[in-house]
Amino acid sequence: MEQILVNGAYLGAQYALIALGLTLIFALMNVLNFAHGQMYVLGGFVTYTIYGQLGMPYALALLVTAVSLAVVGAVVERFLFRPVIRRSQRDESTMLLAAGLGFFLDAVILLLFGEKQRGVPKLIDGVFNWDFRVIMPHDRILIGCLAVGCIVLFILFMHFSKTGRALRALAQDRDAAQLMGVDVDRYSMTGFALGAMLAGIVGGLLVTITGVNLGMGGPTSTKAFMMVMIGGAGVIPGAIVGGVILGFMESILLSALASYGDVTYLLIFVSLMIFLAIRPNGLMGKPWG
Amino acid sequence: MNTKQIFSSLLFLLSILVLIPWFIATSGRWDLYYTLTSVALLAIASAGVWLTFYIGRINIGQGAFALLGGYITAILITKAHFSFWIALPLSGIGAALISVLIGLPILRLRGVYFAMITLVLTEVGRLSALALPITNGAKGISNIPLPGKVSLFGIPIIPDFATLENPRIGFYFLAVCLMILCFAVVFRLVHSRLGHLCRSMQQNEELTASIGVNIAYIRIIIYALCSFMGGIGGSIFAVMSQSIYPSSFQVADSINFMLNCFLGGLGYVFGPMLGTVVLYFGWDLLFQTGKYQMLIYSSLLILCMLILPNGLLSLRLPGRKNS
Repeated sequence: MEQILVNGAYLGAQYALIALGLTLIFALMNVLNFAHGQMYVLGGFVTYTIYGQLGMPYALALLVTAVSLAVVGAVVERFLFRPVIRRSQRDESTMLLAAGLGFFLDAVILLLFGEKQRGVPKLIDGVFNWDFRVIMPHDRILIGCLAVGCIVLFILFMHFSKTGRALRALAQDRDAAQLMGVDVDRYSMTGFALGAMLAGIVGGLLVTITGVNLGMGGPTSTKAFMMVMIGGAGVIPGAIVGGVILGFMESILLSALASYGDVTYLLIFVSLMIFLAIRPNGLMGKPWG
Repeated sequence: MNTKQIFSSLLFLLSILVLIPWFIATSGRWDLYYTLTSVALLAIASAGVWLTFYIGRINIGQGAFALLGGYITAILITKAHFSFWIALPLSGIGAALISVLIGLPILRLRGVYFAMITLVLTEVGRLSALALPITNGAKGISNIPLPGKVSLFGIPIIPDFATLENPRIGFYFLAVCLMILCFAVVFRLVHSRLGHLCRSMQQNEELTASIGVNIAYIRIIIYALCSFMGGIGGSIFAVMSQSIYPSSFQVADSINFMLNCFLGGLGYVFGPMLGTVVLYFGWDLLFQTGKYQMLIYSSLLILCMLILPNGLLSLRLPGRKNS
């Protein structure tokens, strides 16, 4: 039982970090970023190249990953989403753009890094073993702690920095924020860059444990959508709660239903649909996003 | 309908029912039949998605209903030995009934919430197909027989597909006729009173409800119609490929149905048809570029969106009045 809870907490921290980026982009731009999973994979591959291939220190690799993904996010916002949002008649048109971008990133990753599963050497060796009740490799603990650290940093940033305040104002009411003198265009770009950076950081963290491959993008996006729906779209605490809930559900159900075959995800999906039928905005979402 | 519309629809019918078969017969490109049939079937399913866009909902769940339709047909034909011609409407109706059950709760959601829940629905469809005993798991159902003959008072109307020298021609005409029928229904619906109500729902549901429109009822009708088309498309697909697997329709297909509508243009009835043709053939044509296929395809998609954010049909010839 303890093992299941620890696994759940570890998964939940990772998931929450992925969902944070997605929900941030959604709150700021009203864009459902289909390419989020691909950004995560790209982050994984950047870390793999710098840490695994070039043998640089891991901290540096993570830093480069964060910066490069932030640049990708900023460029994507500036040159793709902004013109389309300005010119299209319906908001939904950005979804085609996001899906196209997802395909595009997939293609770029395929050309640059190939389709093989890639892994990197372990960060630290050793296994934490508490009386055979909780067994956890040291590197997983480290990554889990790093993920929690990133979440805390992100929340502090959003609450106490000038940029964070501007972003929150933008998410609350775009027009009012503009009237108060917030440079909407610049902060939209910052927000998108931040969202992409978070996706990249998770990729960089997880590559040390599960490795990375091209096919991970799509399923990751689907999972991120689920977490955002559980917590409520566009709400930052909602994304964290959603991620933690999904992490625990996955770890508990996987062990409880192990004898019934592969029905865990079916059960999670169906219960999510029932939950949303009762509470359409998720746990703490704004009405209708 | 004015004379211009009648003329262009006649031209369209002539080209797909006479010119294309004639072209294929003379050029000997028999493989085109399979491609064109697939395009027609995907266009049917996309037309359904387009209808849900018309009431202001982003639907990424059509794959689930296409899969459902395919499985209903496969099970009815192989296990219960129904004729295909009975199984086809039954799978459409089955998909529509299930969609009413699912739609009642989830159609209350709007915007991205609906988009995401329908995306999840596609996953549910695939996973159910894997888990349920009747669907035969990951192995799927194969060896589905070809459609048999239909005769009315002893006069054969539709020949047995197995006796045709090329069953693909049969499937082509079946799919194309159904596609014409579906688009005619959608066209009629959009220009009816119901269509006006749908348009008003697309703009503001509260306002529509406040003037006495039963919006819950309209949503369900439209969603059922959408799923019916998905079920029909999936059903013919299963019989044409003579097999169905849980992976026959998955998230990528659902997203493609949505992209077809976007690419063609959400404001135009024939948008999904054009979008399907362009996306399907675009992908096929780029096959020669090898490993750059995906890169070029997605770049073109992004470029399309940058230049024509309102769909291909929003392109107007210069000098023509914008309508």
